[in-house]
Amino acid sequence: MRFTRTSKMLSVAALAALSLSACGGGDTGSDAEAGTTDAVIVVDGSEPQNPLIPTSTNEVGGGAILDLVFAGLVSYDADGKSQNEMAESIETEDAQNYTITLKEGKTFTNGDPVTASSFVDAWNYGAAAKNAQLSSYFFESIEGYDEASAEGSTVETLSGLKVVDDRTFTVALSQPESDWPLRLGYSAFYPLPAAALEDPAAFGENPIGNGPYKFASEGAWQHNQQIELVPNEEYDGPQAAQNAGVTFKIYQNDTTAYQDLISDNLDVLKTIPTSDIKNFKNDLGERSIESPYAGNQTIAVPYYLPNWEGEAGKLRRQALSMAINRDEITEVIFNGGREPAKDFTAPVLDGYSEDLPGSENLEYNPEEAKKLWADAEKISPYDESEPLTIGYNADKGDHKTWVEAVVNNIKNNLGIEVSGKPYATFKEARTEATDETLTGALRAGWQADYPSLYNFLGPIYATGAGSNDARYSNPEFDGQLTDGLAAESVEEGNEAMNKAQEALLEDLPAIPLWYQVAQGGWSNNVDNVEFGWNGVPLYYAITGK
Amino acid sequence: MVWYIVRRVLQLVPVFLGATLLVYFLVFSLPGDATAAICGERGCTPAVVAGLREQYNLDQPFWIQYLLYLKGVLTFDLGVNFSGRPIATIIAEVFPTTAKLAIMALVIEAVFGIVFGLIAGLRKGRLFDSSVLVVSLIVIAVPIFVLGFLMQFLIGVKLQWTNPTVSGDATVTELLLPAVVLGLVSFAYVLRLTRTSVIENVNADYVRTATAKGLSRRRVVVVHVLRNSLIPVVTFLGADLGALMGGAIVTEGIFNVNGVGNTLYRAVLNGDGPMVVSIVTFLILIFCLANLLVDLLYAWLDPRIRYA
Repeated sequence: MRFTRTSKMLSVAALAALSLSACGGGDTGSDAEAGTTDAVIVVDGSEPQNPLIPTSTNEVGGGAILDLVFAGLVSYDADGKSQNEMAESIETEDAQNYTITLKEGKTFTNGDPVTASSFVDAWNYGAAAKNAQLSSYFFESIEGYDEASAEGSTVETLSGLKVVDDRTFTVALSQPESDWPLRLGYSAFYPLPAAALEDPAAFGENPIGNGPYKFASEGAWQHNQQIELVPNEEYDGPQAAQNAGVTFKIYQNDTTAYQDLISDNLDVLKTIPTSDIKNFKNDLGERSIESPYAGNQTIAVPYYLPNWEGEAGKLRRQALSMAINRDEITEVIFNGGREPAKDFTAPVLDGYSEDLPGSENLEYNPEEAKKLWADAEKISPYDESEPLTIGYNADKGDHKTWVEAVVNNIKNNLGIEVSGKPYATFKEARTEATDETLTGALRAGWQADYPSLYNFLGPIYATGAGSNDARYSNPEFDGQLTDGLAAESVEEGNEAMNKAQEALLEDLPAIPLWYQVAQGGWSNNVDNVEFGWNGVPLYYAITGK
Repeated sequence: MVWYIVRRVLQLVPVFLGATLLVYFLVFSLPGDATAAICGERGCTPAVVAGLREQYNLDQPFWIQYLLYLKGVLTFDLGVNFSGRPIATIIAEVFPTTAKLAIMALVIEAVFGIVFGLIAGLRKGRLFDSSVLVVSLIVIAVPIFVLGFLMQFLIGVKLQWTNPTVSGDATVTELLLPAVVLGLVSFAYVLRLTRTSVIENVNADYVRTATAKGLSRRRVVVVHVLRNSLIPVVTFLGADLGALMGGAIVTEGIFNVNGVGNTLYRAVLNGDGPMVVSIVTFLILIFCLANLLVDLLYAWLDPRIRYA
C-alpha cells in the first residue's frame, strides 16, 4: 500500500513538474488547470450488457457510462468520500427514517426538472418484481421491498417512499442503517426523467440524464464499437468536465487496446493486460499508474463439503490460509500489482484497519499451517477420495496463473492433493455456486458498489445473503452486522463492522488473498489522469496536452 | 441447369432444419444457467431470475424453445439476444464488415496464390519454385495469432503505417492488414494446390495438342493449362469463403474488428442460444450457397462437366 501510493504521488508530481502546473492531485478537477479543455478523450470501454437504465446495469461497461451521464443524490470523490450532488440535505434522527431535500433548479438534458418524483418513480421501477431489474436488491432496505419484489408480485410501489413536495421526499427503511446514505451514489439510485418509464427500451438506447456528460447525439451508442459523450453544459456539480468529450472505444480484449495505447490511438487504458504487466512501466514511463482500489480477491470453500464442515473445517481453512505465501505471489506473478490482504475489505475504505485481531491468520506461516491441519485430522480424518479443487472461470480475466501458484503453495506446505479447476465460462461456475453443487473451492472477486465496509461483508457473508457462495452462517456475525448498521454514526458503525470481521478472520468463510490495484496508462496526448476509489479513471478530470 | 439449381436450393431446407436443431440442442446442453451470465458476480434475486427465464423462454422445455425459435424464423423475426437487442439488427451490423474482410482476404489469397503457384508450377524445381515452397511451408506452420500479433506490432505500432486496430467504420484501408493476415495461410494452400495441378496438366494431351496447333505460349498457359488447373483451387476457395465468414474469430479479436466471429464468440460465452443459432444458421446457408457457386463454376472451367 505505502509503496504504490508513494509511487503514484511521485508520478503525479513528476507530471505536474513537467507540465509546469499546480496540479494538486486533481481531486475535484477545478483547480487543475494544466492542459487544454478542448480535447476529446478516447478511453477504453466494454459493451454495456443491458439497456442503459440505471437499475438494469450490473456490470462495469455500462456502469462507467451511467456514472458520467447521471448524477445521484451524492457522488464519490477520488478517495471515495461521499459529497452531495443532487441532494441539498439528507437528514435522519434514527438512521431509519430519512428526509431528502433536493437542490433547486437541477434539470435533465431534455429540460425536465429533477424532482422528488424523478427519484421515487425510478426506485419504485427498479424494485418491482414485474420489471425484473437486475439491481433490484439494492432497494432491499426500504420498507415495502419484500412485497414489491416477491416473485409474481404486482405491487408497483415501495411503501417506504413518500413524495412530500417537488424537492422533498421521505424514505422509511425496514431497520436502522447508518451507512444507507453512503449507498446513494451507486448507479441503481440515479433519478430518471418521466420519458424513461414510458418506454424503457428506447430510453436505454439513448439515455437522458442529469450528469456531467450526455450522449453526443441520438445513436451515439454504436454497439460494440464506441459510445460518444459530450459535456452537459447545464451541469455545475463537483464533477464538471475538463475536456470536450469522452469517447469510449469498445475493445474485445485488453491486449488489443494496449497496442492502440502505445501507438497513441487510445488515450486512457484502465487495465493493463496480463501479458504486458511486466513491461508496461518501461513502455509508458511516467504515463503509467498503479492505484489501489476497493476490490479484493478471495477463495471460498463451501461449508456443505464434508471435509470442510464444523470445527475441523475451520482449522483446515486456517491451515489453507497460512499455507499461501501472498507476498511472494503478489510480487512474482503480479509484479507488485496487488497488495496482500490483511482483512475482508479494502484499504481505500474509510474505517479500514490492517491489524484486526485474527489477521495473523492471513500471514504466511507453513509451520503453523501443518500443525492446524494435523489438529483437524484428530477431529475428523480428511477424506482423500475428494481432493480439494480451486475453481476459476477461464473465459474472463487471467486467473489460471495465480490459482496454480496458490495450488502449489498448499500442496507443498500441507502435503495434500489440490488442483486448479477451470470452468469454461463464468456462468457455469456461477450456476454451481447458486445451486450449491460446487465440488471444491471457488475464487471470487468483489468490487465495491459504494465505499463502505458493510458492502464487503453483508452481501457476501450474512446468512442467506445473495453472494454467500460458501453458505456461511454465523449468528454472532449476523448480529454484529445488524448492530453495526444500526449504529448512530458511520464511525461507530465502522467499529462494529471491524468487530464483526474478527469472527470472519477466525472462521475464514472465504480466504482473502489480496487487494486489487488498478494498473493503467495513458497516451502522450492527455494529462491529469487519476483513478478513483473504485479503480475507474476520473474521466471528467482528464485534459488534453 | 435450372432444375439443378432449384434442386440444390431445395436441399437447403433440410440442411437448415437439421443444423438449427443440432446447434440449438448443443447450446441448450451447455453447462450453466444462462441467467447466471446475465446476473453477473453478484447474482439476482429469485424473482428477477424467474422474470428473465420467462422473458427468454428459458423456463420452457427444449422442444418448445426450439419450436418457438423456428416459428420466429419463419415469420422473419429472429427475436432478441440476452441484451434485449434484435438479433436481425445485430447480424445486419456485423455482417457487412466480416463480408468485406472475407472477400478482401479471398481476393488476396486467390490472386497471389494462383499467380505464384502458376509460375512455380511452370518452373518446377528451379530456384523460384523452391523458395516459394519454403515460404509457404513457413506460413502454414506459424499459427495465425502469431502472424497477427507480429504484423500488428511491426506495421501498426512500430512503423505506424496503419492503426493497430480497426475502427467502427471498418474502411478498406483499415481492413487491409487483417485481411492480409487472414489470407496468408490460405494463400499458402492455394499456391501449393495451383502448383501441383499445373505440373500435372502441363503434360496433359490437350496441352501438347494446343502447343502442336501452334498456339502462342501465353494462350496455352492461360486458357489450357491454368483454366483446367483451377478446379481444385476453386473448390478450396469456395470452402474457404465459408470458413473466413465464421472462422475469423482470432483475427477479428486481434484487430478488434466488430464482425461475425467476435459476435459469435461472445454469444457462446453467454449461452445466448437464439443468437448463436441465428449466426451459425446464417453461416451454414452462406457455406451451402458458396458450394453451389463452386459447383456451377466447374462447368465453366471444364466443358466436359455437365449438369442434369
